[in-house]
Amino acid sequence: MKTYRADLHIHTLLSPCGDLSMTPANIVSEALRKKLDIIGITDHNSTRQAGLVGMLGAREGLFVLQGAEVSTREEVHCLVFFENSAELELFQEYLDDNIPAVMNDPLIFGDQVVIDEKEYIIYTEEKLLTNATNISIGELEKYVHARGGLFIPAHIDRVRTSIYSQLGFLPEDLNADALEVSKRSTPEKFSRIHPEIKAYPLITNSDSHYPESIGTVYNCLEMKELSFGEIKMALKGIDGRRIRKKC
Amino acid sequence: MKITDVIRELGLKVLSGHEGLENEVTGAYVSDLLSDVIGNGREGNVWITLQGHHNIVAVASLKDLAAIIIVKGIQPDEETIRKSKQENIPLLSTEDDTFTVAGKLYNLILKQ
Repeated sequence: MKTYRADLHIHTLLSPCGDLSMTPANIVSEALRKKLDIIGITDHNSTRQAGLVGMLGAREGLFVLQGAEVSTREEVHCLVFFENSAELELFQEYLDDNIPAVMNDPLIFGDQVVIDEKEYIIYTEEKLLTNATNISIGELEKYVHARGGLFIPAHIDRVRTSIYSQLGFLPEDLNADALEVSKRSTPEKFSRIHPEIKAYPLITNSDSHYPESIGTVYNCLEMKELSFGEIKMALKGIDGRRIRKKC
Repeated sequence: MKITDVIRELGLKVLSGHEGLENEVTGAYVSDLLSDVIGNGREGNVWITLQGHHNIVAVASLKDLAAIIIVKGIQPDEETIRKSKQENIPLLSTEDDTFTVAGKLYNLILKQ
């Protein structure tokens, strides 16, 4: 077994709030500089920039979990990840069908662009990505798990757009692969207020919108090798894989 | 005033929780953050929201709210309907938006 450092909540320049310096190349080089082994690419309601980060990361030995930070109908932010590009494309269609037709104003919210390896803009998302989708948290969880993905309610300690702020408490049937506590708190601190979260694997991520923030907090995953399946097992604590306190 | 009076005066549709229709109304609260309703909802309040997740029934039950009005014709999740029957919390529906239905309810409660 080896221990890998993972920061699973990073926005690219595609997110309106993501700085334009959050290019795939910059994200990969900053993650390597911070000695991360795994990063998660999670733009608001879009997977469209994750693929290039994955490709650039793979060249450097950085494992990139690809997904999105979905805002559910209840306005609960949830991280989701899928294993391959076919699943990501299907999920992107599902998102496109469920994002409200509210247009982005780049002057107010920021640019929403996808770039290619040469850093040319190849796509501009016209619809505002930070709005709530028409997908309920229950529907999202079912979709993600039916397609073998990971479903992780984000920054549960925050006073807005979190499962606690929006839904008051953890729904009794919540089937989450982990819960994310933001870097404003820690899993230990927040579980003192809400001991019920200890029933789930707890992770903490940087939620980076700027390069310097990448890797400021991370998780230590003990597992056999860098793969989607191993990360899943580490979160679940299966066959000796686990989340370690330190690394 | 009872929930049945509110339903009649505001032209609401009863989605479920018929056994709670005789609940007494003490006032109302408007919020879409369930964490806020847990903190500020009062016993006997009618709660106006656009949320349809089943946790709304648990919050209403916890705070002994009289009923939940779901605005803009939003259809709550199936599980929400099921839980409201179980907990006898009336789930009421209106095509009005929050501002409009809250205004109507405010006037109705003032008249009492």
